[in-house]
Amino acid sequence: MIEVTALTRTYGGLRAVDDVTFAAQPGRVTGFLGPNGAGKSTTMRVMVGLTPATSGTATVLGRKYADLPNPGREVGVLLDASAQHAGRTGRETLKVAARTMGLSMAKVDQMLETVSLTPKEAERRVKNYSLGMRQRLGIATALIGDPEVLILDEPANGLDPAGIRWMRDLLRGFANQGGTVLLSSHLLHEIEVIADDLVVIGNGKIVAQGTKAELLATAGTLVRSSAIGELARALAENGIHAVASGPHGLRAEADADQVGKVALAAGVPLTELRAADGAGLEEMFLELTAETSREGAAA
Amino acid sequence: MTTATTTGIERTAAHAAARTAPAPIPFTRLLRVELIKMFNTRAGFWLMASIAASALIATVCVIAFAPDSALNYDNFGAAIGIPMTLLLPVMAILSVTSEWSQRSGLTTFTLVPHRGRVIWAKMLVSMALGAVSIAVALAIGALGNLVGTAIAGVDPVWDIPASQMGYLVLANVLNLLIGFMLGVLIRNSPGAIVGFVVYGFVLPTLSMLLANFQHWWERAQPWLDFNYAQGQLYDGGLTGNDWAQLGVSGLIWLVIPLTVGLAMVMRSEVK
Repeated sequence: MIEVTALTRTYGGLRAVDDVTFAAQPGRVTGFLGPNGAGKSTTMRVMVGLTPATSGTATVLGRKYADLPNPGREVGVLLDASAQHAGRTGRETLKVAARTMGLSMAKVDQMLETVSLTPKEAERRVKNYSLGMRQRLGIATALIGDPEVLILDEPANGLDPAGIRWMRDLLRGFANQGGTVLLSSHLLHEIEVIADDLVVIGNGKIVAQGTKAELLATAGTLVRSSAIGELARALAENGIHAVASGPHGLRAEADADQVGKVALAAGVPLTELRAADGAGLEEMFLELTAETSREGAAA
Repeated sequence: MTTATTTGIERTAAHAAARTAPAPIPFTRLLRVELIKMFNTRAGFWLMASIAASALIATVCVIAFAPDSALNYDNFGAAIGIPMTLLLPVMAILSVTSEWSQRSGLTTFTLVPHRGRVIWAKMLVSMALGAVSIAVALAIGALGNLVGTAIAGVDPVWDIPASQMGYLVLANVLNLLIGFMLGVLIRNSPGAIVGFVVYGFVLPTLSMLLANFQHWWERAQPWLDFNYAQGQLYDGGLTGNDWAQLGVSGLIWLVIPLTVGLAMVMRSEVK
């Protein structure tokens, strides 16, 4: 269980995290979604006590993180897989973590096997690791203390498709056993497949949160046509509000039957007509991304 | 791979229901972890290897090249001690700076969310390393003295009085503390090592030159030049005045920057 209440963190005049409130529940995977620079990492850093909050609170398992007697045994944290000593071997890195938590060294080999780092790879220095291997080592460090809560910042970065699949199964299994998982991503689709709950953040503020089902079940109809301009006009004439959604697409605030009739009457050929599940979330996310991304014009 | 994964995870979260709060991390464990961390990196390994190698070379050189009259405990001790006094402070520096330069602090300070405890452990380990290493240097020096004089067929000369050993330990601990201080003050590995070279070699030379030409500095030097004041420790027999000079210059060059550095470490973000 993670609870964040009215959390604000400012850097000079910049409000990196602005009055953020949400909770991650046990037994569920909570996806923390937002474009790069939205405040995800800062929020997570405040959660684990690396960055002090300007105001507001964050608690893990009902306590401030710094008040946990042996945090690694209760909360597994991976904030940045590249933040590991390059001159230490993978095994030594994991041994340092295990020693700090007071675990037996047998756990180290067990954990290396769990994250599929071979004994040979474990003897290499982290300097020679790919980002994917560093992520696996970071996950091992997070899991080795047998925690109840996982806080992972962009854990899928650098993993190959099989690795991403592995990570997904691992987190699902962890949540199914009653664990709390909070993971961040800047990719909507990546988080859509794994998360039960979503928290969407942009410019330091929460813009949407709820269960995945709630957020994806947007009312409306998605319609595509090669003559999208004509269709938009026809819908407007019939008093149906519609917004652009993807190439040659509109999301209309009416059911599919109604939109189909308007299109037929206007003589506009359709290439797609369906309930707009998730389209609302995607639009919102694209809008958010457009403000900060360099490819803003394209979105 | 998949099977291992699944079983590992089921086991991991299995007793989530019946958990007891873990015991707090004892400080002795932090001391042990920080000591190990000094040696289990590539840099730590090579620093230790070069200390051992240079001590060995220096001892052999004393036996091979020094005249029989110079085969004494003082020279054997110095042969091993000097590489140590140059290289061990670098280990103290890296133990602090690597948390920032290598960014391993992200994990360290998450596993132990009380930075003061970690830094305090690093400082104690550095000081202990200073004390232990000089004892090792003296022990190996004694061995070298026995072997060297036996080879040369002369009587061993024990010219480091027991009272002097205490001063040597203090000098070496101060030396490690200087490295630690530069580490917390600069928090960047290359920067702090350059700082150590300037602090230990450039500044004393400049101070000496200045004292040669400027009478006012010659008079102020014992009070303001920490390196100069420390020199007395190697010669032994400190007077009250010597202690006062060591205290005043140490306050300026060690205690104050160390305090500033510790305050900065507590607040600086590990990015």
